[in-house]
Amino acid sequence: MNALAIDNLDISYGDSKVTHGIGFEVAEGESFALVGESGSGKTTVLKAIAGMAKSWTGSISVFGEQRTHGIDRAFAKQCQMVFQDPYGSLHPRKTVDATLSEPLTIHGIGNSGERVDEVMQSVGLDRRFRFRFPHQLSGGQRQRVAIARALILKPRMLLLDEPTSALDVSVQAEILNLLKRLRREQGLTYLMVTHNLPVVSFLCDRLAVMRHGRVVEVASVDQLKRGALVDTYSRELTRFSASHPKT
Amino acid sequence: MNALLEIRNLKVTFPTARGPVDVVKGLSLTLGRERLGIVGESGSGKSMTGRSILRLIRSPGQVTADEMTFNGTDLLSLSEKQMRSIRGARISMVMQDPKFSLNPVMTIGDQIAEALLTHQKLGRSDIRSRTLAMLEAVRINDPERVLGLYPHEVSGGMGQRVMIAMMLIPEPDLLIADEPTSALDVSVQAQVLEIIDDLVKRKGMGLILISHDLDLVSAYCDRILVMRSGEVVEECDAGELKNAKHPYTRGLLASIPRLDESRDELPVLERTGAST
Repeated sequence: MNALAIDNLDISYGDSKVTHGIGFEVAEGESFALVGESGSGKTTVLKAIAGMAKSWTGSISVFGEQRTHGIDRAFAKQCQMVFQDPYGSLHPRKTVDATLSEPLTIHGIGNSGERVDEVMQSVGLDRRFRFRFPHQLSGGQRQRVAIARALILKPRMLLLDEPTSALDVSVQAEILNLLKRLRREQGLTYLMVTHNLPVVSFLCDRLAVMRHGRVVEVASVDQLKRGALVDTYSRELTRFSASHPKT
Repeated sequence: MNALLEIRNLKVTFPTARGPVDVVKGLSLTLGRERLGIVGESGSGKSMTGRSILRLIRSPGQVTADEMTFNGTDLLSLSEKQMRSIRGARISMVMQDPKFSLNPVMTIGDQIAEALLTHQKLGRSDIRSRTLAMLEAVRINDPERVLGLYPHEVSGGMGQRVMIAMMLIPEPDLLIADEPTSALDVSVQAQVLEIIDDLVKRKGMGLILISHDLDLVSAYCDRILVMRSGEVVEECDAGELKNAKHPYTRGLLASIPRLDESRDELPVLERTGAST
């Protein structure tokens, strides 16, 4: 079964149509990347899946269930999102404990003390951070909290919106290792948006290249590593990422 | 070679509840008419170094140095008014994000002209022709149209080129570029850096390029300083970065994923207590 199947998806903000006939499938357990420049509509696709961009036509199905246009509790349990900037995505006046317990309260799951403990351990956050506020944490630790918040409901799929682009390279390495380990341990499916092709190469199995709201190419990461992308635009992107033109 | 900028033992200190903290701890550098890169992670003090050269660090931050001379002028002893005649005209700075650094209620033409008029008296037609020429130099195709646009009407890449035009029009001797491309897409990054590179070479200016991106700095600079928690840990020629010796530099280089990545896990730096 596919974890995610998107067909002929058109998303609009008001009168302007942002994506045009997007279609791709992500198998269960796969890690799939959406790449492209800013304005190409890649984040918008994630938002439509998460229920944050509500005006779309076409079809989105998640683990075989058709996605509705709004926020949906059953869906939220299957699929969670991690945002780009851990400085903006955590409530500044809630402790780590409060942030992590909230999804459990919403979904009426008890036993929150143990689950918070467990999830903090699995993302590599020490116990002593449990009652701290976001401003007392570093960027890498905050992103770990954001990942823990997404994982606490034990979802099967994560939507990752540039999860490391706001972080330093050494911290990025830690978070990428963490994401890779979590996927292996928990059999997660990833849909990741990024403009960083080396990150795709490290973490993903397949990728779709987007431009001006259209998918121009779907390829395997092997093709990316060998520099064997077909579309001219994808080749251009690869060339820019491979090295700065002068090196 | 005559040094353009000479800094000895630069310290930047901020008071905190737990006593003063040095964010730059005794940095020294000599810059000729060359391209110097400063790399480091957030909190390493690289931006503070750039800002202290222009004396842009506001109280309660404090800047001290044994020596900080620019073309023979002692920057630390200048009055605020004398400093203003240096900023922009002799040393200028390109900031990170054009969205926040351009004035949203002034047209692009007016902003570039303002940069020129602050330091020189010129006739209206002179200003216009120089502004147009400058926009052309940063490869904006239809400068006549762009002149009348407001910052929100242009893309990030074009905004950053406008910033560069504004900073270079008074023909400074030294350009400090603090993460000039980190808010831009990869394809536009290369373009913007090429423009800076080209103009710096053509006018024989000095360049300090501050960035967290090691690859980028090694591609566009002659010499590189690697900073960590306020100190320079390594200095080398840009071409020699791959053979860096300091464990921190090597760790940084290793932790960047490559396009043809085959490692199963990325090496992670050992953290010191303060930087986690």
